[in-house]
Amino acid sequence: MSANSGKIALRGVTKVFAAGNGHGAVEALGPVDIDIAGGEFFSVVGPSGCGKSTLLDIIAGLSSPTTGEADFDGKPLAGGVPEGVGAVFQQDASFFWLNVWDNVAFGLRRKGVDAAEIRRRVSYALSFMGLTEFASAYPAQLSGGMRQRVCIARTFVLKPRLLLLDEPFGALDQQTRLVMGDELLRVWREIGATVILITHSLEEAAMLSDRVAVMSARPGRFIDFVVTRWPRSRDSRIIADERFGGITARLWGSLREESLKSLGNIGGAAMLDEPR
Amino acid sequence: MIPRRLDPILLMVAVLALWQGLELIAGPEVVASPAVTIVHAIALVQKSGFWQDAAETGLAFALASVISIAGGLLLGLWLGLHRFAGDVADPILGSLYSIPKITLYPLILLIFGLGMSAKVAFGVIHGVLPIAIFSMNAVRGVPPIHLKTARMLRMSKLSIAITILAPAALPEIVAGIRVGVALTLLGTLIGELFAATTGIGFALIRATDVHDVADILALTLMLFLFAASINSLLHFGERRMRHER
Repeated sequence: MSANSGKIALRGVTKVFAAGNGHGAVEALGPVDIDIAGGEFFSVVGPSGCGKSTLLDIIAGLSSPTTGEADFDGKPLAGGVPEGVGAVFQQDASFFWLNVWDNVAFGLRRKGVDAAEIRRRVSYALSFMGLTEFASAYPAQLSGGMRQRVCIARTFVLKPRLLLLDEPFGALDQQTRLVMGDELLRVWREIGATVILITHSLEEAAMLSDRVAVMSARPGRFIDFVVTRWPRSRDSRIIADERFGGITARLWGSLREESLKSLGNIGGAAMLDEPR
Repeated sequence: MIPRRLDPILLMVAVLALWQGLELIAGPEVVASPAVTIVHAIALVQKSGFWQDAAETGLAFALASVISIAGGLLLGLWLGLHRFAGDVADPILGSLYSIPKITLYPLILLIFGLGMSAKVAFGVIHGVLPIAIFSMNAVRGVPPIHLKTARMLRMSKLSIAITILAPAALPEIVAGIRVGVALTLLGTLIGELFAATTGIGFALIRATDVHDVADILALTLMLFLFAASINSLLHFGERRMRHER
């Protein structure tokens, strides 16, 4: 692997949010140690509020770790988003004042890519994402799934080495999620980027990833890793694979107690464990 | 289903019917009928005196609008970009806005005297606050996800302001200008009603003094048409900017 392959290395990374407005200091994350290989599809599942998004912010360079080291392709992530990192979030980030074409071209224009190249890449991205006939539509005229597709296309055209996804399909219905999962796998194979996906959905993590990390309740630490060994050419039909159920069951096995902890319901957990 | 395009026409028919009904109940010495009013309005616009008054009011309104918009935008955008200042100013602007401005009229008269500057000032105190409040909220209401997207694209502050903040806030700012300009017109006219020697507001008071019902209603009709066209124009622009179906 070359030096610029989209590798991530975290060593003893923690994040503590300073005390303020009636609360004490909050230990949000860590310590976390992880190596993510270039081109890997890596997912993180964990209970609500466990620090998954904080972890993603640190890897994106949007936030600095309180202690520890975070490297992207061997260079420390320090103050600022590095070149070659793209992100898609749960919230609709499409710009309502731009049509689909201009939304997708937005990042390329800001980076001063020349017009012919922009035209070529946007037109390819639109056809790749099935958006060509909506090129002149505005986001208000599109469904939530289509708008999220626009956001993926907007990142896709930038050809990032590292693609960060924070619950990108969280606001979509189950069937749309499966279809979008397939599209995400195609995008991943096409651009060859490292993908880090944060999700609440164990099925989504199990279906899409090469490796799934399970996080503990806050402060989030990795408590289990599950390697899926799916072929690179997979799609959503692997949910019918006999190993699929085993993977999701293992994820839930690791996650169940942490989810109950994060709900502040440890007593209730003990009660549920009692045989009838 | 009746097509929505017919809505304004239906509304106009309803208003005319109500107006005619009012004339029948209250009598022609209180309310002139729509037909009489329209005939009178047509006669009125052929007189040069009307146009002198209209020019006077138009000038005061235009000046007051320009000052309201410029001042409101400057104040509102600055407060929108500075979170702490905005938090402090928000309740203050709100309470100032809720003051019945008419109570400030004696003060305005003492400061500016009778005439153009008092009318403009009275228009401005009506219009500037809603424009400031809307603009502030427009900037503060830009979804944080857009700013996060901008950071991911490593954009400069200036580039963010021009390519994200401005277009995202614009429809709401135009909505503020629409409300502010309507209130500026109200303020300007009130100024003319109470203490002026020229203008449409003054003409209205003069007509009231001599109990010229047709004159009163003709002037009111024309003011209504003027205000409604400005409002529709800005509303149209605002809807275009939101790109909704």
